[in-house]
Amino acid sequence: MIKDFAGKFLANFGLARVIILAFFIFLCIMAVVFQLDIAELLTSSLVRIGMWGVLVLAMLPAIKSGIGPNFGVSLGILCGLVGALTALEMAYRLGDSVQFGGGTLFIIAILISLPFAILTGIAYGWLLNRVKGSEMMIATYVGFSMVSIMKIAWLFLPYTSPEMAWPIGRGVRVQISLAGRGITRLLNNFLSFNIGEVIVPTGLLLFFAFMCFLVWLFMRSKTGVAMHAAGDNPRFSEAAGINVNRSRMIGTTLSTILGAIGILVYAQSYGFVQLYEGPMFMPFVAVAAVLIGGASVRKATITHVIVGTALFLGIQVVAIPVANAFTTEWASMGEISRKIIQNGVILYALTQAGGE
Amino acid sequence: MLTHTTIPEEKVKGNPKQNLIKFLTKNMVTIMFLALVLAGYLIAGMNPFLFLFDIVARMSRNSFLVLSLIIPVVAGMGLNFSIVLGAMAAQALLIFVTHWGITGLPGILLCIILVTPLSLFLGYLTGKLFNKAKGQEMIAGLILAFFAQGIYELIFLQLVGGIIPMNNTTLIMSQGIGVRTTVDLTDGLKYGLDWPGVTWGMPNLLRPTLPWTVIVGVIALLVGYLVYLLFFKGKRASAPKLISSAVVGGLLVYWSVNQIQTGSMINMVRIPLLTWFVILALCLFIVFFSKTKLGQDMRSVGQDRHVAAVAGIQVDRVRVIAIMMSMVMASWGHIIFLQNMGAFSTYGSHEQIGLYSVAALLIGGATVTKATIGQALLGVFLFHALFIVSPSAGRQLFGDAQVGEYFRVFVAYGVIGATLALHAWKTLLQRKDKLGV
Repeated sequence: MIKDFAGKFLANFGLARVIILAFFIFLCIMAVVFQLDIAELLTSSLVRIGMWGVLVLAMLPAIKSGIGPNFGVSLGILCGLVGALTALEMAYRLGDSVQFGGGTLFIIAILISLPFAILTGIAYGWLLNRVKGSEMMIATYVGFSMVSIMKIAWLFLPYTSPEMAWPIGRGVRVQISLAGRGITRLLNNFLSFNIGEVIVPTGLLLFFAFMCFLVWLFMRSKTGVAMHAAGDNPRFSEAAGINVNRSRMIGTTLSTILGAIGILVYAQSYGFVQLYEGPMFMPFVAVAAVLIGGASVRKATITHVIVGTALFLGIQVVAIPVANAFTTEWASMGEISRKIIQNGVILYALTQAGGE
Repeated sequence: MLTHTTIPEEKVKGNPKQNLIKFLTKNMVTIMFLALVLAGYLIAGMNPFLFLFDIVARMSRNSFLVLSLIIPVVAGMGLNFSIVLGAMAAQALLIFVTHWGITGLPGILLCIILVTPLSLFLGYLTGKLFNKAKGQEMIAGLILAFFAQGIYELIFLQLVGGIIPMNNTTLIMSQGIGVRTTVDLTDGLKYGLDWPGVTWGMPNLLRPTLPWTVIVGVIALLVGYLVYLLFFKGKRASAPKLISSAVVGGLLVYWSVNQIQTGSMINMVRIPLLTWFVILALCLFIVFFSKTKLGQDMRSVGQDRHVAAVAGIQVDRVRVIAIMMSMVMASWGHIIFLQNMGAFSTYGSHEQIGLYSVAALLIGGATVTKATIGQALLGVFLFHALFIVSPSAGRQLFGDAQVGEYFRVFVAYGVIGATLALHAWKTLLQRKDKLGV
C-alpha cells in the first residue's frame, strides 16, 4: 500500500520535481551542517521570491489560455523597461519644479508601460493565434528578436538624463542605477519588520500577493472562466460559443502586462535597471519556476506559481554559499546547478506534454 | 473542398507573370537578403579584395556545419538546434588533443576519430529525447542545448584540473581548476586541415591561389564530363546548357589567366583545398544517401510519420539515426570551423555556431520541412556576406559600428523567428483546409 501510494505520488508529482525537492532539502541540510548564516539565507530567499514572483505569475494566464508557458515574456519585460526609463526621464526633465517621490515614480512607470504592454500583447497574441502548435518555439524567437532589436533602439531612443545616457557616445547605459530617485527597495522596505534576524520585505511580498489575488479574481470572472475553458479544450469551447482566439489573445496580453509590472518590481528590488542582454534569458527562469511548482505546459495554478518560485529561487539562494563553503574552487557551482535544474525541468515538461 | 480536386500544384503552368510572382514569393527571404547584402556592400564601400578574402575563409569554415542540418530537416524533425551538443563534443576533443600536444593534420584526424563515438552517443540520447517530444523537437533541441551547457560547464569549469587531472598552465586557469575562457590553437591544431603542408614546412601545399583553383576546377569539370560521356554512356546534356556552361567556364578561365598575368591582389586569396574536398565529399554523401533505402525511409517519415509507420518503417529508429548522423557531422563541422578560427571561446563558441548555422540555412531559402545543399551553400554565402558588411555599413550610416553588429545578431534571431512563424501559419492553414473548416 505504501508502494502504491509512493507510485501515485511520483506519477502526480513527477520524477523531476522529486529530484529537485530532494536537492533543495539536501542543500538546506548542508547549509545547517556548514553553519551558514540561516537568517541571512532566509532574508535573501524572501527577497528573491518577491522579486521574481510577478514574472513567474505572468506564466499563469498564458498557460491557462492555451498558448503554453510564455517563453516570450521578454516582450512584456521590454515594455516595463521602456516604462521605467520614460518615468526616470520625466523626473529628470521636470527637474526641481515637481519633486516626485519614489512611490509616485513607481506608479508612473507602471502606468507608462501599460499601454505599450497592452498593444504589444495584442499584436503578440495575434501572431500566436496564427502559429498554433508551435507557440513555444516561436515565442522564444520572437522574444530573442525583440530583445536584439531593442538593443539597437536603446542606442537611439532620446533618453538624455545623465544617470541613463553615457557621458560620451551614443545610447543608454547597460545598467542604470535607481539610487537617488527613492525607488531602490521601495516595496522591500515598506512595512518591513524583523523576525529574529530575518528581515521580512513585507511590501514586496504584499505586492506579489496582491497581484496573485488580482489574477485569481480575474480567473473567476466570466472572461477568465471562458479563457480557462478555451485553453483546456479549444474545440469544445468553440462549439460552446467561446471565441477561442480572443481568449488566447486576452491571456497573452495579460501575461505581457504582468511581465512589464514584474520587471519593475524586480528592478526596484535589485536597485538597477538592466538593459541590452538583460531580458534575454529571463523568460526561461520564469518558465522553469512555474514548472518546478508543479505546472505542466497545459495546466497551472497560483499554488504552482508560489511553490515553484519559492523552491527554484530558494535553491538559487542556498546553492551558491553551500558550494562555496564546500570548496572555494567550486565558485561557479551555483550558476551551473541553476542552468542544469532550470533547463532540465523544462525539458522534462516538454517530454511529458506528449507530442502533437 | 474544391481545391483538393484540382491538379497538383507543379503541373499548373501559369503565364510568365504569375510564374514570376510565384518565384518571388517563394524565394522572398533569399531575395530580401540578397538586396540587403548588396545595399550593405555598396554603403560600406568595401574593398572587394578584402571582401573576397574574408568570404572565402568564412565559407570554407562554416559550410560543413550548415550542411549537417539538412538530414534532420528531411526526416521531418525541423531545424536541429541540438547540433550545439556536437559542437561541444568537438571542443572537448580539441581541448584534450591540444593538451596531448598533437598538432597539425594528425591532430585533426585524431580529433575526428575520437569525437565520432562521443557524438554518436550524444546523438542517440538526443534522438531518444526528441522521440518523446514529437512535434516539439525544435524547442526541445534549444532547451537541450542550454541544459548541456550546464553539464559542459560542470565538466570543464569545475572538474577538469581537479577530479579530471590535467596539468597544463596554458590551458588551465591559474587557480589550477577549470579550462581558461579562451583556448588558443595557434602552433597546434590551427589550420590543421586548411594548411596541412605546414607540418612538412610547405605552407602553400594543397592551398592554391583562387585563379589557379578556378582554372584547374574548370578543366577538371570538363575532363569529368568527357569521362562520363565516354565510359558511362550517360545522357548528353541539352545544347543550350552545354553552350552556356562552356561560355561561363571560358570566361572564368580567361579572368583567372588575366589575374595571374597582371599579378593582382586576387592572387593572395588561397583556397584550402582539403577543406573543400571534405565539404564536397559531404555533399556527395548527402546526395548518395538520399537515394539509399534508409534515405528514402527518412523522406517518408518526414512527409508523414503515420503513413510511414503503416508502411512498415520503424519511425522512431529512423528519427534517432537522422539525429545521430547530424550530430556526427556537426562535430566534424565544428572541428573544421575551429581549426580555421585558430582560437575559441571555451564556453560560448558552440552556442554561437548553433544560432548562426541555423540562420544561414534559412537565409538560403530553406524551411522547416525542406532544405537542399544549394540552399545551404547559398545561405552560408549570404549570411557571412552580411556579417562582413554590416559593421562598416553601420559605421557609414550611423557613425557607429555597434549598430551594425547588433543588427546582424537581430537578423540571425529574426530570420529564424520569421521563418518558423510563416511555416507554422502555413501548416495551420493546410490543416484547416484538410478539415474543411
